Amino acid sequence: MAQALDEIKIGGLGASRKRVEDDRFLVGRGNYTDDFKLPGMLHMEILRSPLAHARIKSIDTSKAWQIPGVHMVLTGDMAAQHNLAWMPTISYDTQPVLATDKVRFQGQEIACVVADDPYIAKDGCEAIVVEYEPLPVIVNPYQAVAEGAPIIRDDKEGQTDNICYRWEVGDREGTERAFAQADVVSKIELHYPRSHPSPIECCGSIADYNPATTKLTVYMTTQAPHIIRAAVAIVAELPEHMIRIISPDIGGGFGNKVPVYPGYVCSILCSILLARPVKWIEDKTGNLISTHYARDIYYKGELALRKDGKILAVRFHCDSDNGSSFSDAQPTKFKIGLIHSAFGCYAIPFGYMTAQGHYTNKAPGGVAYRCSFRVTEAMFFQERAIQAAATDLGMDQAEFRRINLVKDQQFPFRTPYGFLLDSGQYEKCLDVALNAIGYKEFLREKEEARSQGRRLGIGISTMSEPLGAGNSREYDILGIKMFDSAELRVHPSGKAILKIGSKTQGQGHETTFAQIVTHELGIPAADILVQHGDTDNTPFGMGTYASRSTPTAGAATAMVARKIRAKARKLAAHLLEVSEEDVEWELGRFYVRGAPNNGVTIQECAMAAYGNMPDGMEPGLENNAYYDPPNFTWPFAAYIVTVEVDPETGVWDVLRMVAVDDCGVRINPMIVEGQIMGGMTEAYAMANMQFITYDAEGNCVGSNYMDYLLPTAWETPGFELHEVVTPSPHHPIGAKGIGECACVGGPAAFVNAVHDALDDTGVRNIDMPLLPHRVWEAMKYKRDISGMPPLKTDGG
Amino acid sequence: MEERRINVVVNGEPKSVDVEPRILLAHFLREVLGLTGTHIGCDTTNCGVCTVLVDGLPMKSCTMFAVMCDGHEVTTVEGLGMPSELHPIQQGFREEHGLQCGFCTPGMMLASKAILDENPNPTEEDIRWGLAGNLCRCTGYQNIVKAVLWAAEKMRSEGGAYTLETRSRR
Repeated sequence: MAQALDEIKIGGLGASRKRVEDDRFLVGRGNYTDDFKLPGMLHMEILRSPLAHARIKSIDTSKAWQIPGVHMVLTGDMAAQHNLAWMPTISYDTQPVLATDKVRFQGQEIACVVADDPYIAKDGCEAIVVEYEPLPVIVNPYQAVAEGAPIIRDDKEGQTDNICYRWEVGDREGTERAFAQADVVSKIELHYPRSHPSPIECCGSIADYNPATTKLTVYMTTQAPHIIRAAVAIVAELPEHMIRIISPDIGGGFGNKVPVYPGYVCSILCSILLARPVKWIEDKTGNLISTHYARDIYYKGELALRKDGKILAVRFHCDSDNGSSFSDAQPTKFKIGLIHSAFGCYAIPFGYMTAQGHYTNKAPGGVAYRCSFRVTEAMFFQERAIQAAATDLGMDQAEFRRINLVKDQQFPFRTPYGFLLDSGQYEKCLDVALNAIGYKEFLREKEEARSQGRRLGIGISTMSEPLGAGNSREYDILGIKMFDSAELRVHPSGKAILKIGSKTQGQGHETTFAQIVTHELGIPAADILVQHGDTDNTPFGMGTYASRSTPTAGAATAMVARKIRAKARKLAAHLLEVSEEDVEWELGRFYVRGAPNNGVTIQECAMAAYGNMPDGMEPGLENNAYYDPPNFTWPFAAYIVTVEVDPETGVWDVLRMVAVDDCGVRINPMIVEGQIMGGMTEAYAMANMQFITYDAEGNCVGSNYMDYLLPTAWETPGFELHEVVTPSPHHPIGAKGIGECACVGGPAAFVNAVHDALDDTGVRNIDMPLLPHRVWEAMKYKRDISGMPPLKTDGG
Repeated sequence: MEERRINVVVNGEPKSVDVEPRILLAHFLREVLGLTGTHIGCDTTNCGVCTVLVDGLPMKSCTMFAVMCDGHEVTTVEGLGMPSELHPIQQGFREEHGLQCGFCTPGMMLASKAILDENPNPTEEDIRWGLAGNLCRCTGYQNIVKAVLWAAEKMRSEGGAYTLETRSRR
């Protein structure tokens, strides 16, 4: 009797398989963009605007041209000759590549210098003389709509104000009727501060245009190489088959490496003009002040409540600060991403929301920083509003959530804003979290501590987010539907190469995607090489962001493996000399029904595909699959944080942090847990210290790591992880996205905990970041702290 | 710019090279010697991905000139351990999933090496304090701390068998 394969041992579904990627990273043999050195390669540096809003009177590049070793000084006027001074954004706006008329944010690209080495290129940038005429500066949405505000985008025909979009969704009348019946209306105003995803590796590219073949190869830090290829074809007017985008190892992305940036475009143009490879590696300040930011949304919302705790309706408005271009990375028809996924996990009958976007003199962006589009803001607003509502009703915050969470038997559940939640066990997750933290005991401890003058607090955040865009009926980017793909080649010896349309940014696709094939075919994971990130050698895909790799490319991987198995079954029938209907499958092996000893392995089938196929069968064992997900996957999370706030200083320490995640079937539990801990650290960072703001002149505060605070190992708390598993009913292996849940749901847990510690002060809201002096001020003067430091919108 | 001759021992190998005085150690290692395992992150001595050991002490090579290493010994990740013979710190990072995108990893491991050289039996707190000059955006540090604890235990159990001088000569 043949021994059944142990799926865990061969690295299949559920195995905490050690990572394949580590082999090269641990010995310094990773291949990041900056590690490539091409023959004849030149280096490019960018000159950026020191001013946030100014007319350019003149640009004198003559001194830069004279520096030995300088090959090119490119300005906006020169780029305009190639129709490249401006480029389209993903949100159907335009963005300058190199400034011609005006600069509209600090850090905007003005010129670039190409030289023998980056030091000379920097010398060249310093030798350029730019004369500016400063203009009035706008740094928030309220200034943008104030009377007499200068029109920032006067380059756009017909643009007479600083509004870049208006959007609404939901049932306005139904919501109004529900509000009329409310016992209590709970209102809150919130701000999610501007942040930057800030991967440690900055952006960069090496453009290599070969004038002999007319092929353009670009090595670049991108999370979405195939989309970039399409964009380059449009922007640079090059034929798509003559463009090859190679996205090698990426030093973190978190959404920052999805868009097309001027630096990429300039390196391509310079390479074409000079007929030599041109490398551009951004510095940290360039990355922080010019590449796409995240968040920066103001929320005004209200919940219609019944006295017994039931939420009858939700209504809110968001004002987004979009910077100098409307360039949010989001599906076409959604102007403020999926912010209407807010309140989805609660069974609320009616909802209505509006949103308005504003041009300001700040860097453009609005990327999905470790989240589905604008979902982090959605869930933060939701959970802050939920806590405020529980307070207004005088109800326990856990109980209030329990009353309103969608019940297990209600799935699939349609939210008032139109989403369809696929599955979940929300109350169970909440209970696991409450038990783990010891909720009731903590409330007693808190009361006891309060009587001794100590301030303890507990914060809860429960949420479900839409991950894995999208279904192609509703979700597209630049007209391209949001599916993904996989191609599987099984070689004669049974070893295989899997090529995926998605791309890793550190999540470990090379490890986990092989595990999906192992689960489907029984080929040991060690025998499967996963390739990605090279447009010439992988099938078309939309890239990695919005936790979409596993829901889409992961599903495509399972589907292509099933196609391979279907063909292998025919080969097995041929080898076993029985009809296909008499062949049974177990992991890694076909056998004759009723005669389990009479079988052939998947490897034997692979060999037969090349050497012993039945008459009439096409040789080979290769295939591909394009997967169009029927829906998002909807993971659920319950996060609970306990803190102690120092009444003298406003410093708060995390006592415990419990995370319960239900992301469906876990392909590699070790990697899932790594993702959760990483996301939770970013959540902690945003609650605590990580923000970007601007002074009245539009100077970016947070333009380097001395000002832009990221948590280190010292202040980052420890995390206690728990799991609940509700398989996604529509994903081939039941998996859901997970890389972003903690970053999305986490911030509110920390912020709610600090507010809970201040629950006797009457303080309703302190906007993030909860810096000690803000908490102290709120506590001391018993007042709310709104807006961004150092600019405040409350005039306080 | 006029170049200057420096003599520096890198991963056990003596090098004698003419360099511009303004070239940073990180660029010297990456561009002149081709040791691209040392990464560059922030330019302001905050992120620590460029951490190397100079005479055994952790240094941020993006804020040190190559000429300052004249007459000194530099250890990079390439000198820590080879694929066939990983250093316990490298093994620890693999075993405890102490890395994701891998960009901070070389600097993180060399900073860890400095911690363990000074204190072979560190507490979690010692490690967190010792790594406070190295940023990671992917892992949340918990597994990095576990990785260093794993390595510490392995190195103690094997009694100082891991001296870089013997391992790094190729």
